[in-house]
Amino acid sequence: MSGSIQDTFFEECEELLEAMDEGLTAVEGGDHDPEVVNAIFRAVHSIKGGAGAFGLDELVAFAHKFETVFDEVRSNKLQLDPKLIQLLLRSSDHLSDLVSVARDGGSTDEEHHGVLIAGLEEYIGEEEEDLTFEPMGLGGPSMPLPIADESEKTYQIRFHPLKEMFGTGNEPFFLFQALSELGPLKVELDESELPGFDSMAMDESYLAWNMTLTTTEPKSSVEAIFEFVEGLCELEISSDKDGEEEAAALAALNAAFGSPGDSTEPETPAPFDSPAPAEAAPVTSPEPTEKVEAAKPESNKSEQRGPKPTLRVDLERVDRLINAVGELIINHSMLAQQIANLDVADLRDVETELEGFKNLARDIQEGVMSIRAQPVKPLFQRMARIVREASSATQKSAKLVTEGENTEVDKTVIERLSDPLTHILRNAVDHGVEKPEAREEAGKNRVGNIRLSASHRSGSVCIEIRDDGAGVNRPRVKQIAIEKGLIPENAELTDSEIDNLLFLPGFSTAKEVSNLSGRGVGMDVVKNAVSALGGRINISSTPGKGSTFTIILPLTLAVMDGMVVSVADQTMVVPITSIIETMRGSDEMINSLGADGTLLSIRGNFVPICDVAGALGLRKPDGDQPPGVYLLVETETGQRSALAVDDIHDQRQVVIKSLDGVCGNIPGVAAATILGDGKIAMILDPESIIAASPNSATFDTERRMSNAIAS
Amino acid sequence: MQSQAEVKIGDQEVKHAQQSEFVSFTVAGQAFCLKITQIREIRRWSPVTILPHAPVDVLGVMNLRGAVIPIYDLSARFGLQQTEASERNVVIVVAVAGKPVGLLAESVSEIISINPEDIQDTPQVDSRHTMEYIQGIISHDDTMVRIINLDAVISVPEQGLS
Repeated sequence: MSGSIQDTFFEECEELLEAMDEGLTAVEGGDHDPEVVNAIFRAVHSIKGGAGAFGLDELVAFAHKFETVFDEVRSNKLQLDPKLIQLLLRSSDHLSDLVSVARDGGSTDEEHHGVLIAGLEEYIGEEEEDLTFEPMGLGGPSMPLPIADESEKTYQIRFHPLKEMFGTGNEPFFLFQALSELGPLKVELDESELPGFDSMAMDESYLAWNMTLTTTEPKSSVEAIFEFVEGLCELEISSDKDGEEEAAALAALNAAFGSPGDSTEPETPAPFDSPAPAEAAPVTSPEPTEKVEAAKPESNKSEQRGPKPTLRVDLERVDRLINAVGELIINHSMLAQQIANLDVADLRDVETELEGFKNLARDIQEGVMSIRAQPVKPLFQRMARIVREASSATQKSAKLVTEGENTEVDKTVIERLSDPLTHILRNAVDHGVEKPEAREEAGKNRVGNIRLSASHRSGSVCIEIRDDGAGVNRPRVKQIAIEKGLIPENAELTDSEIDNLLFLPGFSTAKEVSNLSGRGVGMDVVKNAVSALGGRINISSTPGKGSTFTIILPLTLAVMDGMVVSVADQTMVVPITSIIETMRGSDEMINSLGADGTLLSIRGNFVPICDVAGALGLRKPDGDQPPGVYLLVETETGQRSALAVDDIHDQRQVVIKSLDGVCGNIPGVAAATILGDGKIAMILDPESIIAASPNSATFDTERRMSNAIAS
Repeated sequence: MQSQAEVKIGDQEVKHAQQSEFVSFTVAGQAFCLKITQIREIRRWSPVTILPHAPVDVLGVMNLRGAVIPIYDLSARFGLQQTEASERNVVIVVAVAGKPVGLLAESVSEIISINPEDIQDTPQVDSRHTMEYIQGIISHDDTMVRIINLDAVISVPEQGLS
């Protein structure tokens, strides 16, 4: 773990770039709130400042240009038109490239760099010389706000230093001196709190000052003077002029906060490093319109309080903790098993305690897992860039709309989702979204719409990529599959089977190899990546309307609830999330269909039976197996199937042990786990068992494909 | 769940007076050996969990202190008959590409130390598999001991299961 300052800088850069991206996305979405622009400016500025300290000249130079343009926007000298926004977006991408280059080495595209610099310079007016470099801390109080009111104002300032302020060596006199530089200042001492000599404490602060300042400077300048004594004093600043404005803005602010504010701006003793610049902005904003009021509520709430305090921890430590908790859970089940095996008459007390232990272990486990859980937001933000680049490379226009960005997913899942998502999105732009002209002809908006959403769905995470493009060109997909010998010429496929052909290895539909997709890596890579995470992917498509990719992923990669069953004398675990119900079968429930198909009748519904032992090759499917226990499962496509197992033992939490690297991909098996007796049990994947089952009435595309090739 | 021992093994590759130590064991009645530094531990045989659709030489998986490790039947791997279950059977745990792997052998014999010069090249025989799996041979107490080429026997990632 290297904790060098430079590493910290790059870590901060990540966060700042994220903040910048977020801001730009908001701006792109039509939110031209000065505070958003300020936030972007601050992010770029901080990157520049840090880069300067490390002598990263190229980064500094670019960030400076970028920042300058933003400064112009801040001071309302530049209008945020779509063209400028596009330039800014591209510049922000480039800035993050520069940061990665500075960190990891390598080089950037010189030409691209030049083009962007030139583009930015176009927007920088002659006043560039006037730009003063004002040092500013990370997330420090805002700079003089752009919308400076030129007329003179009178500020009533009440300043009451706390004793801590004197402890830090701050001297009120210098503050007054600084204030007097802004304009005529009248200072009055308020000694009313001064107690008698008897009760006076030596180190207490009793004095306060009331000041009247007349100045043309905006309020933020006045506040800036008190920057260094923030949290060390009680400060009230009110002005006479912006009374009406303030009232309106405060109403908006209060509406947003749902709190009754008093007439002055609450200068709360904020956490030291987050003096919530958002406070100042809406107040002095010249246009606290309804839009602001409407748009603010949620964002304000979070911004206002500043970022929640966080702790940076080496990932390895967390993983060690997770492993230990995994062992704890295994240990618990071992203990439970041992106790159950004991020949003791009354186990009740022990069992109660054991139950408590189990709950505790589960709490710890959930807590630990939540450390690893992260919102998908940064991932989604990166995807916006992918879409941007893809659409400019293909001369199409497409916009990414994201939903459910705060859905939390395990960190590993997020990391490993990046590639498949990138791939799908590039494909969506390249193959899905039509050229603007074609879209117009089809009566659609010229700009393609790609929706990326994440949500929790009963123990799993569902990520959906929906485009409103042309949809899968089924005849062509089928044609290509035939040409490539993936399916026989006379194959009869349903629409959904054709759609799923896209996931076959060696399939690429792009007629001409474009810059983006069609590099020989097809959707099968995506499918493999998703399966490696224990998830599945589905595609559904409507011609002319677009396609939807659905990725279903497990919430955590470490622990799950499973049903312990026995199959052909082996103990196995079936994920509880896939089980709808369990039942003991009897002869009259079983119906034959065709030569080897059997259906289970459940309350008048017939569901194909899938013999797990047979599907796993552990037992020859013979006719006279005893009617065992059936687990009714539903696959992601909504098909129901009854898994026949020998017996159900228990329902418990199991720690998932990946079989990656232990052995190859085994059809029907998702992973393994260690049971209470120290034995390993396979965790089954119902979906692929059903697909592999010879008895099953449902056929998986791939299986049919391979059969077709084999024959 | 990487184990701690693997680092140690690489570092221990220090030759004592040019002599190498080998652990010899029996597989299907034949004597084989592995360099002692390749072996992490030797365990008594305990029933393993069967992997569905596994080839005959993959017996299944075993729990090694919380890690899932695959167990190969060396005999079946060499194209000989499958090892019969016996009390004396042992699992030799080796690390291949940093991952622990268990190898089933009939029994472990002894530790032999030999000079590197005494290792003879494998004579040319018809069975191509044998050639790949055997790195060389040693004559020890008038018996032939075959040195196993671990990397050839177990290639990671093992893809042949499905």
